Amino acid sequence: MSGDFVLETEGLTKEFHGFVAVKDVALTVRRGTVHAIIGPNGAGKTTCFNLLTKFLQPTRGVIRYEGRDITALKPAEVARLGIVRSFQISAVFPHLTVLENVRVALQRARGGSYDFWRSESLLSRYEDRARALLADVGLDGYENVPAGLLPYGRKRALEIATTLALEPKLMLLDEPTAGMTHEDVDRVVALIRRVRAGRTILLVEHNLKVVAGLSDTITVLTRGQVLAEGDYAAISANPEVKTAYLGTEEG
Amino acid sequence: MPRSQAIALALLVAFIAAAPFILFPVYVMKVLCFALYACAFNLLLGYAGLLSFGHAAYFGMGSYLSAHAAKIWGFTPELAILTGGLTATILGTAFGYLAIRRQGIYFAMITLALAQMVYFFCVQAPFTGGEDGIQAVPRGALLGVLDLAPDFTLYWVVAGLFLAGFLFLYRIVHSPFGQVLKAIRDNEARAISLGYRSDDYKLLAFVLSAAIAGIAGGTKAIVFQIATLTDVNWPMSGEAVLMTLLGGIGTMFGPVVGALIIVTLQAELAQFGAWVTVIQGVIFVGCVLAFRRGVIGELQQAIRRPL
Repeated sequence: MSGDFVLETEGLTKEFHGFVAVKDVALTVRRGTVHAIIGPNGAGKTTCFNLLTKFLQPTRGVIRYEGRDITALKPAEVARLGIVRSFQISAVFPHLTVLENVRVALQRARGGSYDFWRSESLLSRYEDRARALLADVGLDGYENVPAGLLPYGRKRALEIATTLALEPKLMLLDEPTAGMTHEDVDRVVALIRRVRAGRTILLVEHNLKVVAGLSDTITVLTRGQVLAEGDYAAISANPEVKTAYLGTEEG
Repeated sequence: MPRSQAIALALLVAFIAAAPFILFPVYVMKVLCFALYACAFNLLLGYAGLLSFGHAAYFGMGSYLSAHAAKIWGFTPELAILTGGLTATILGTAFGYLAIRRQGIYFAMITLALAQMVYFFCVQAPFTGGEDGIQAVPRGALLGVLDLAPDFTLYWVVAGLFLAGFLFLYRIVHSPFGQVLKAIRDNEARAISLGYRSDDYKLLAFVLSAAIAGIAGGTKAIVFQIATLTDVNWPMSGEAVLMTLLGGIGTMFGPVVGALIIVTLQAELAQFGAWVTVIQGVIFVGCVLAFRRGVIGELQQAIRRPL
């Protein structure tokens, strides 16, 4: 069973002081697919996401990754298993240069970096790979710019390059196109399409255009619960989904 | 090392080499002790993003234990200072372990509370001499051979120690560890999501910072031949913050300049008695309003090169 599914959850529930943000979510993410979670604001998408990456501890339920129960692991441990997430607000290291941002991820290949007595010139061996990753997301020429000075769209591209640097088996993208201009959205969608080969991607998205073009499977969440699941055609034809989500979107 | 920092380091070394011929050696030694203390503090605030408000505990215990080791146990000065540094390391490990679990203001409050516990311990413990402190600490002879009683001789030892400490801190900041530390400072959640156990890195930075603060305190005890409650009380923690802010948080040379400014102000304004702190406060407010990045921070911004 674990051969087909990278990530599975059972009865995943999160309560915040009595408020149930995520309720009984059973999710199965098939290997090699792009799986999208959509839903109106407050549907529990981001909470769900934080549960999967262990940034939040579930109240109830089980999370399995490659057949292994990871419910009790810490976020850094989950990341070490190959589940790497992005953040809704662009998560870069603003005072590090663009190159250093990617390098610090590549540096993970050394294991822990507790060697405070060694020179950082040791890290120069990761720079070729970092440059290649940056070129891949269209950030060549920006290597020495502090990441905080990049325009928003490029920060997202940097974030994806940093995530890719870890060679994740499962990539979790939290609203990768949030707050972007059309051009930037197209660029990121193209980027995701390019990097999906050989990977499994789970993304939370608000932008339906992105979801339609990218995902193999869509799970619709409303009020913390799964409303429907299927491919885009099935989802967009579902009358319940229309009222809950598409209805509001299309006016 | 980038060229801007190499030039700054050359200027610093030149200043240290020339200073005892122009200024009072004891005054410059005081600057160097506090500069090392502020640099150690800056490792935490500037590069790990942790505002410790209890560094007096490590500086003060370093000072007390070095004084005690030199006076009562008859240690040579280098071993006495090492004793102070080790004491601060152990204390920093215990306190850091407790404090790094909290963020922001809570972290500052916990470090302050723990440091105040150390202060009250020092008020009560017999070995500290209470209000009198440990006085007439012998400077001794370096490695048992070089007599450190003359200020001019001691000066070179303190200068060497300061530079070693400064370069050690430089290496920490510019190491693979330092790289991860800066990443954690910039965005802890993201660093965790890359698989770094951020608490371990913060604890190691805390311990290193405490150790060097302890060595600075120990050196101060040998230079002034006294360890007192002033070394371990909370205004001493405040001074580290003040020096670092004035000089420039997260710059290598900022805390050194900050220490120079504060020690000089205290010496020059001593004639105004109780007004010193008031004047110091006004200058501090002025600096924060006029140049937020601190002296070196602003300079760094202006030349667009790291300092």
